[in-house]
Amino acid sequence: MLNFLVRRIVYTIPIMLGVALVCFGLVHIAPGDPLVSILPPDASVQLQEQLMELYGFNRSLPEQFLSWVYRAMHGDLGTSIATGRPVTEEVMKAVGNTLRLAWVATVIGFVFGCLFGFVAGYFQNSWIDKLASATSVLGVSVPHYWLGMVLVIIFSSTLMWLPPSGAGEGGSDIWIWNWAHVKFLILPAVTMSVIPMGIIARTVRALVAEILSQEFIVGLRAKGMTDLGIFLHVVKNAAPTALAVMGLQLGYLLGGSILIETVFSWPGTGFLLNSAIFQRDLPLLQGTILVLATFFVALNLLVDVMQTLLDPRIARG
Amino acid sequence: MKSSRSNSQSVLTPFRVAALCGVLATALAAPSIAQEKVLRIAMTAADVPRTLGQPDQGFEGNRFTGIPMYDSLTQWDLSSYDNASVLLPALATSWEVNPNDKTKWIFKLRNDVKFHDGSPFNADAVVWNVQKVLDQKSPQFDASQVGVTASRMPTLRSARKIDDFTVELTSSEPDAFLPINLTNLFMASPTQWQAKLKAVPASVTDPAERAKQAWIAFASDASGTGPFKMDRFVPRERVEMVKNPNYWDPKRMAQVDRVIAIPMPEANARTAALLSGQVDWIEAPSPDAIPQIESRGFKLYSNPQPHVWPWQLSFAEGSPWLDKRVRHAANLCIDREGLKTLLGGQMGIPKGTVPPGHPWWGNPSFDIRYDPEAAKKLMAEAGYTAAKPMKTKVQISASGSGQMQPLPMNEFVQQSLKNCNFDIEFDVIEWNTLFTNWRKGAKDPSANGATATNVSFAAMDPFFAMVRFGSTKAYPPVSNNWGYFGNEEFDKLIANARTSFDGKERDAALAKLHARIVEEAPFIWIAHDTGPRAMSPKVKGVVQPKSWFIDIAPMSIE
Repeated sequence: MLNFLVRRIVYTIPIMLGVALVCFGLVHIAPGDPLVSILPPDASVQLQEQLMELYGFNRSLPEQFLSWVYRAMHGDLGTSIATGRPVTEEVMKAVGNTLRLAWVATVIGFVFGCLFGFVAGYFQNSWIDKLASATSVLGVSVPHYWLGMVLVIIFSSTLMWLPPSGAGEGGSDIWIWNWAHVKFLILPAVTMSVIPMGIIARTVRALVAEILSQEFIVGLRAKGMTDLGIFLHVVKNAAPTALAVMGLQLGYLLGGSILIETVFSWPGTGFLLNSAIFQRDLPLLQGTILVLATFFVALNLLVDVMQTLLDPRIARG
Repeated sequence: MKSSRSNSQSVLTPFRVAALCGVLATALAAPSIAQEKVLRIAMTAADVPRTLGQPDQGFEGNRFTGIPMYDSLTQWDLSSYDNASVLLPALATSWEVNPNDKTKWIFKLRNDVKFHDGSPFNADAVVWNVQKVLDQKSPQFDASQVGVTASRMPTLRSARKIDDFTVELTSSEPDAFLPINLTNLFMASPTQWQAKLKAVPASVTDPAERAKQAWIAFASDASGTGPFKMDRFVPRERVEMVKNPNYWDPKRMAQVDRVIAIPMPEANARTAALLSGQVDWIEAPSPDAIPQIESRGFKLYSNPQPHVWPWQLSFAEGSPWLDKRVRHAANLCIDREGLKTLLGGQMGIPKGTVPPGHPWWGNPSFDIRYDPEAAKKLMAEAGYTAAKPMKTKVQISASGSGQMQPLPMNEFVQQSLKNCNFDIEFDVIEWNTLFTNWRKGAKDPSANGATATNVSFAAMDPFFAMVRFGSTKAYPPVSNNWGYFGNEEFDKLIANARTSFDGKERDAALAKLHARIVEEAPFIWIAHDTGPRAMSPKVKGVVQPKSWFIDIAPMSIE
């Protein structure tokens, strides 16, 4: 087991280097001037050259890459060109905000996904099933940035019940789990939850249908168990798979959503990426992508290790 | 009885009645005293513009974190809707060029100004602020502030203290535009910065790194001399500024207690924020949302800005625009009123780079108007007919800062020009690429065969409005004369304007230059942006000047 663990950790090193190389390469291949956010196009050539030198962009790309990787390995992702602030600090704050949003969206998605899934599966082919299935298909299909805008029009612009954007009256720095702050979270979280809700609902519906057709259910009915009792048995059997799907969806949501966070001005990783792209802030863009990629690599490593703990045959393979 | 009367008199003496009235009045007034007057603004920027004195995010930065918190030696007059925004004294009370050496300027400074941290503003502070962007050897030099500052005052080289309230500024060449350029150099507090530098941990030994960290700390706890003081800064989310009760200019004393500026790059989010009451003011509402905004009782403010949305034409060999008749025809063929309707009225109709009535107007002999018949006649004289239209390519972007609505606007222009026998093809490229190509010029392969480019520009300052497009010294890659327009006559006109040190003489020289530019038409002038912004009717005292900027200080909120 220890060997396996060490091997898997060692494997992540080339993966991370590859991720770093791809992320650095893609960012530098994109056309445009790396200093565009701080240097107007009417700046003199001398000034342009002076700043290229001060920021180190006059060095060769391999040299820039090695220097960036070296500093990144020491926890320093550089400084944002546009703001002058440390990238690590910016990304970590954004990750915290995205986590907050992703957790709430996952809970909403899981609760309603399971509800629709169980109801649809239990009352298969009835009108309830059709309604719940249609809702889940809608959840998977609807473009969520569009849904976000519609929710804003209804609940913010028209009814004026919920704020349309931001992360609290005083900003995310002083976030507290009270109504004054949570009301800012509702619309983006609901918008973000529709896709996991749809996926979980469809998975659970299929699971429930399959479980209901199994012999032990017939046995339970034959023994005279009530519908509620049978329902609880179905829930217990479907739960592990539903939880696994929810875990995958949580991973997906933790990556942030550029569209949703931009629509709601939610200061997470998606909002940060959007800002970095539009300002062509290369260190911020590279740093954010690298942190998100590292997060997914770490998540995959964790899943591998957990699977191995549950099924030792994987380690032997 | 006497005693009783005496008692009642002692209870209700005039003094006590007055005191009681006072207490009651205070009690009644208490809610209004306690209630802070807050003005909340949604900006178009994706991040709070830099707060350390030299803002980024284009002129939106100067508008929301520059002008409110800082002052410069000279400033724009933002007090009139109707008149052109002209240059005024600010932290400098007067200035003059040295008659014996016209690269040296003497600026007399105000002696009654203090920074928000209480330290005095003086000549040392001016020298220190010039050094922060121009002197790499100075401890406060900050590369991140150089780009947005030095490019806007291209000839300034150094500053020297003469006495506590007199400073000498030196330029690389005689330059009458320097006082105008200085509106872009905001005065940050050296004392506050030194305090931040001292607080940098001793473990950081590299002086450049210490300076960088001091600037980061300064940005979160800034100190300028402006009508508002920084109170709270949440990166990427908000900056909160409070009234500076000790501001030196009574005409610009803040009328609200607090201003909160929030970055909100998405136009629909800004509209929703206004309609839901989350903010009191939004920048640049999308044209589609304007009827709804107005129908809900919000007020829309706009005024043509010193902004030009043009097609800049190529004078390189083989360009069809080398024929002046074609350039004039294109300028006469665009239905700008129709375009304005397309934009919901949010567009100024240009008559040149600056409008009639501006000190630099100059009354050109070529009248830019909509006259398709005259345009067709000129095209026929140039040899272009419906059977043989003038075919060419124009580089445009699908979006971009200051580009308004580039796709529908360009398509409209394309259709307009088609009626006058122009056959225009578009090369649509990404905004940053178009911007970068602007410096490379029409002869560079990046032009991809295009003979015109569509990059909008600010026209507040003579260098940026005219010189860089008319001087042969500004040919690519030096500056933005993308089309290689210019000749000896224009170089002479520019030199004359640059060396006219009397304000009126300088404006007259610039007016001559402007008139000749319009007559030669190196651009197709298509639109001026109007800087639309929507506000709650609670916001009073709003004056939207003919400027990129707006003064928040005189605004109040009910």
